[in-house]
Amino acid sequence: MSFLRIDDISVEVGGKLILKNFSLNIDRGEVHVLLGPNGAGKTTLIKTLLGFKNYKVLQGHIFFKDQEITELPTNERVKLGIGVLFQHPPEINGVKLSNLLTVCGQKRGNNNHSSTEDVCEDDLAPDLQNLASRLNFTDEYLNRDVNMGFSGGEVKRSEILQMMVLKPDLLLFDEPDSGVDVENVELIAKIMRELLDRDKIPSLQNKSGLIITHLGYILKFLGHITRAHIMMDGTITCSGDPAMIINAIMKNGFESCRQCLACTDGATVFPEVDFSL
Amino acid sequence: MNQDVKSKAQQVLNEAKLKNDDGINLDDYNMGNLGEAEGAYQSESEIPRDIKESMDSVGIDVSAKKSGLYLQSGNKHDLCVSNVKGVELMPIKEALIKYDGTDGKLNLKDYLWKAVAPDKDKYTAEAAIQEITQGYFIYAKKGQKTIFPLQSCLFVNLPGMKQVVHNIIIAEEGSELDIITGCTVHKTAKKALHLGVSEFYVKENARVSFSMVHNWGDDTNVRPRTGIILEDNAQFSNFYIVMSAVKNLQTNPFIQLLGKNSSYYGQTLIYGKGDSYFDTGATAHLIGEGSKAELISRVLAVDNAHIIARGTIIGDGKNVTGHIDCSALILSNNSRVDSIPEISARNPEVTLTHEASVGKIADDHIEYLMSRGLSEDEAINLIVSGFLDVDTSPLPEKLAKETEKIIEMVSASEMG
Ligand SMILES: Nc1ncnc2c1ncn2[C@@H]1O[C@H](COP(=O)(O)OP(=O)(O)OP(=O)(O)O)[C@@H](O)[C@H]1O
Ligand SMILES: [Mg+2]
Repeated sequence: MSFLRIDDISVEVGGKLILKNFSLNIDRGEVHVLLGPNGAGKTTLIKTLLGFKNYKVLQGHIFFKDQEITELPTNERVKLGIGVLFQHPPEINGVKLSNLLTVCGQKRGNNNHSSTEDVCEDDLAPDLQNLASRLNFTDEYLNRDVNMGFSGGEVKRSEILQMMVLKPDLLLFDEPDSGVDVENVELIAKIMRELLDRDKIPSLQNKSGLIITHLGYILKFLGHITRAHIMMDGTITCSGDPAMIINAIMKNGFESCRQCLACTDGATVFPEVDFSL
Repeated sequence: MNQDVKSKAQQVLNEAKLKNDDGINLDDYNMGNLGEAEGAYQSESEIPRDIKESMDSVGIDVSAKKSGLYLQSGNKHDLCVSNVKGVELMPIKEALIKYDGTDGKLNLKDYLWKAVAPDKDKYTAEAAIQEITQGYFIYAKKGQKTIFPLQSCLFVNLPGMKQVVHNIIIAEEGSELDIITGCTVHKTAKKALHLGVSEFYVKENARVSFSMVHNWGDDTNVRPRTGIILEDNAQFSNFYIVMSAVKNLQTNPFIQLLGKNSSYYGQTLIYGKGDSYFDTGATAHLIGEGSKAELISRVLAVDNAHIIARGTIIGDGKNVTGHIDCSALILSNNSRVDSIPEISARNPEVTLTHEASVGKIADDHIEYLMSRGLSEDEAINLIVSGFLDVDTSPLPEKLAKETEKIIEMVSASEMG
């Protein structure tokens, strides 16, 4: 059984065809990397997976946990266990971050803990504070409106804080490292590693992930990456060993990935990109 | 009353009758219980349950600690309790007899129709012609303070009635007044007209905080007419909340900041639904040097509601500052909001600004919240409740808490 199966989808946004015959499978416990030049359609893929209104699936199917979700409303997909860290989340005027986190926590409680003990609001508050302090967020931040006036790095940390509360089974990270300073990249990576079960033995790794990045540096901290894919002009042009592919891009840029010619000697020529920890 | 005032008022009424520009004919309504015996109840415990429930709906909790309570049904007062020495609360008819200027006492006539012009429109004219009808008089003597908010409730209890109220509030030098007031209509009295003249006089270094909640029916016409005069260093904060349907409500308090460094902060919250028509605003005239005014409104329109949100600040004095902030959300296809901020500088040394936004909730905001597991309705509710989360910090702590409680309660019951 596959966990996430994207089967030959074509997607139109604002009257423009962006994803073209796109297919991708991610199994339970796998973490994949998606690379590609600006405008390739990576974010479009994420929003399509969430079922956002303007993202029209013209053909193809999306399955998650053996259920077709192509037509499902966003919140139903999230209920099934999909979670997203957005590249550019909007500022939500009037909704406090603490408020949103509390609601997320309640949602999470309703979805997953209904058979065991109830997570009630009172339990959540100190918990929230703990999570927030791990990300160096003070109460002042929690009392601000979601993303209002947040710096680039703060936005990413606020996004990952929401992931910590939601604890999804499939985590989609859209550039978690862009605009983030080195120390905070490591902090974010550490939490991604946790959320993705990377420290458990492989048979207990139940979380799956898709990481979009331009830098590769963050991957160093995430343990074994199953596969890397290169996306160009709305479709995957090349898939393979992450170290090899990233080295090839560093050396030759994306253009040569169009024909998938560059990966022959990447890993040996550029040993400085080191995935071992 | 001055014969001259009366004949002017009569002239305004006659002219208005010919035009009838807002479709409300004053002769369609009767004065109901005018002239019946005053003071139906001896104490709070005698207030019937259904009236208590109506009072609750506008935030008047009879059991709460208070400095006084005034209850008026239709055109007569039912109950008036005053608990604080130095702060008078009484029916205005009584007050006009007591405060006649003899023995060095205040002469209330000096304050009658001084902050609101009797010939302003047909409503003030009607109130002037009706001679003085009932209403409340609040009088904080020099340096005196309310400890708990004063409560007042104006209740329209009979169908077809026009309630004509005249209130006068005087805060003497250095005094402080916190007032919560609610105006509402009995379930059976939907077709009604509420006409309320309120005149506020805030003297040197005095402070008044006023929280008002309206809860009407969909066949109620409402015409509050408010005038506020602020002397040196006087402060006024005004919260006005309407979250019920109404037929036609129009109000535009006129604030004259005569005194040096006087300040006015007004916040209005309107939730228009059904076929409601609202035309609300405020006009602040900054005259005293260093005076300032802030007019804030939050407007929410659903169903077929039409809301006009106005704000006018006129800067006349030296170094005055004013700001208008109006944001409106439109949540249905048939609702409409017009935002009309107006700032006018009559002196190079004034700073006046405004910001306004009108629109629906952005799709990407809703989608973002949905991506955190909220349904579309939950996402909208979360954003709307954030929108209604007004800043009560300009109010003194006790009144701020009360006001927040009221907003929470009213929004919970009105928005389901
Ligand atoms: N609403 C829209 N209308 C028209 N074109 C759009 C719309 N949204 C996105 N696009 C286009 O789709 C293409 C893919 O955009 P997308 O955001 O998915 O790229 P990306 O791979 O995430 O790029 P980046 O690395 O810069 O984040 C771009 O050319 C973009 O301009
Ligand atoms: Mg992108």
